[in-house]
Amino acid sequence: MQKFTSVNGLVAPLDRSNVDTDAIIPKQFLKSISRTGFGPYLFDEWRYLDHGEPGQDCSNRPLNIDFVLNQDRYKGASVLLTRENFGCGSSREHAPWALLDYGFQVILAESFADIFYSNCFKNGILPVVLSKQQIADFFDAVEANPGYTMQVDLESQTITDPQGKVTTYELDEYRKYCLINGLDEIGQTLSYQKEITAFESKHLEQNSWLFKEVR
Amino acid sequence: MSAKTLYDKLWESHEVRQNENGTSLLYIDRQLIHEVTSPQAFEGLRMNGRAPWRTGANVAVPDHNIPTKDREKGVEDSVSKLQIDTLASNTHELGITNFDMSDPRQGIVHVIGPEQGITLPGMTIVCGDSHTSTHGALGALAFGIGTSEVEHVLATQCLVQEKSKNMLVRVDGKLKAGVTAKDLILAIIGKIGTAGGTGYAIEFGGEAIRSLSMESRMTVCNMTIEAGARAGIIAVDETTIEYVKGRNFAPAGHEWEKAEKYWRTLHSDEDASYDETIVFEASEIKPMVSWGTSPEMVAAVDGVVPDASDPAKAEQIGNALKYMDLESGMPIEDITFDKVFIGSCTNSRIEDLREAARVVQGQKVASTISLAMVVPGSGPVKEQAEAEGLDKIFLEAGFEWREPGCSMCLAMNADRLEPRERCASTSNRNFEGRQGQGGRTHLLSPAMAAAAAVEGHIVDVTKYYEN
Repeated sequence: MQKFTSVNGLVAPLDRSNVDTDAIIPKQFLKSISRTGFGPYLFDEWRYLDHGEPGQDCSNRPLNIDFVLNQDRYKGASVLLTRENFGCGSSREHAPWALLDYGFQVILAESFADIFYSNCFKNGILPVVLSKQQIADFFDAVEANPGYTMQVDLESQTITDPQGKVTTYELDEYRKYCLINGLDEIGQTLSYQKEITAFESKHLEQNSWLFKEVR
Repeated sequence: MSAKTLYDKLWESHEVRQNENGTSLLYIDRQLIHEVTSPQAFEGLRMNGRAPWRTGANVAVPDHNIPTKDREKGVEDSVSKLQIDTLASNTHELGITNFDMSDPRQGIVHVIGPEQGITLPGMTIVCGDSHTSTHGALGALAFGIGTSEVEHVLATQCLVQEKSKNMLVRVDGKLKAGVTAKDLILAIIGKIGTAGGTGYAIEFGGEAIRSLSMESRMTVCNMTIEAGARAGIIAVDETTIEYVKGRNFAPAGHEWEKAEKYWRTLHSDEDASYDETIVFEASEIKPMVSWGTSPEMVAAVDGVVPDASDPAKAEQIGNALKYMDLESGMPIEDITFDKVFIGSCTNSRIEDLREAARVVQGQKVASTISLAMVVPGSGPVKEQAEAEGLDKIFLEAGFEWREPGCSMCLAMNADRLEPRERCASTSNRNFEGRQGQGGRTHLLSPAMAAAAAVEGHIVDVTKYYEN
């Protein structure tokens, strides 16, 4: 997995609550059997005025100029600022794949949906939970200052604004450890192979019906 | 020993180890696989030279992309076809059972699991699909995962998980005739909100839940994710045991006796405590209809489209009303439709089709409805419905009778809404564009959808249940 240490980048504000994974990457793009190439279709229905299809060249598609990511001042953003319950809905990992492929490495929100939150860490994206007030303050700062950037550091769990003001954030130690080391979680689990095997044989003995073959 | 909730019991009985950081390594009994969220997991497995830990723990079925008519032509959309073929080749290569399009057992993954006895009480069940919560209705711990976790389970039969908090949603009393499990769960989501269950496993209990059939319980657990909780659970009781008995892959004979004895312990201890308890009175619940673009945006059938007077929600409600092209204050019963969809992992089981057929019988689909379709949840559901003559009731009324699949719940196949079309839908999500770009979804029960098809607009279906 991709390591995450620190990002210093432009911040784009997406001022909506309950942004669902259908909005992040609409279903027609889920037909891909690859992990990459979703970036051009991120927020497809908000970003373009026409209907997008997988594999389509997006360079000539009509843009919805009202959509925030289409504004020049947010081109190249790597930090997405949004409100509560970001990533609700389906479990599609295509959502973090699309965000990452577009260039977002950090998402700041009041809260995240559980499955999406977990999926971010598997793909080197750092989702940061901040208070309602902190989020509101960042929205104001981004709005007022074109080119607003921030430094998001994982080791120190800090966000540093252009004036040098530091905001700290909470993060589960294990998730931090995996992200910072770009850990192969499967490899990590397989290091407990003996324990898994021991558990499995005991489990089988107690619940033999669980191991019935489905044909 | 302290009293435990059902969730605690299921969790503890699958804990391989507790890690120092507070997470646990959880053993997974069953993984269900479909074509959309698995190709990258199989590819990852291959790239790392890993083999499945226990091949027989996995069962696959294509459902999201699958066509619901003209199947003799195969899958016409070449991109969908590639994904379905990729599932077939991946499962074939690894020896994983796949109920492909020609298999009479094929259907929506969350319908076929319980139907075949592939998912059983007491199991840990995962699938790369958020509606895996459905299987919790059997007293199992079931939750949706992402593709990386699908690969993790394939390779290790385990997942690293943090334990959720316990929430009890207790529903006292009895539901009125014509008010269904769908109305109940929509009312619950309307009250606690789409993030109300985030970080929790929700156990549903109380008299109204106990009185529900297994299929209705599945409807409730199915939409638990719409309340933000990854898992919904209902304790095992007589209804559960009766449902599981005799299923294709359920235990039999001596093994059944052993299993049944264990399953009957799968309930929360009487004095178990929950981090949060929310109580509903079933008799107060009316048929529910969603009016907005989030499953929490619901109103009772006799209500009106809300106004945006709450400043905290004004922008959200404003956005939703604009997308839905509805006015504040408009009676819910004045909402008219272009299409009607009866199907999805929420409401495509035989009891759902019976409820809808009961309303439709002897009636005609309103002339203003351009398409009304019924998509059974699985091959066996379709067969059973046809044996009971339900297909004829629907066809004579002017419905289309399709082959099983996810269909217009998420419109990955050819079944979709056109921009601005409005649909009465028994599915689970009314997100913008969910049923087709620009399409407008109103979530409701099968009986309510059937009544809407007949009358062309929302009506209170409970009137069909008088007498």
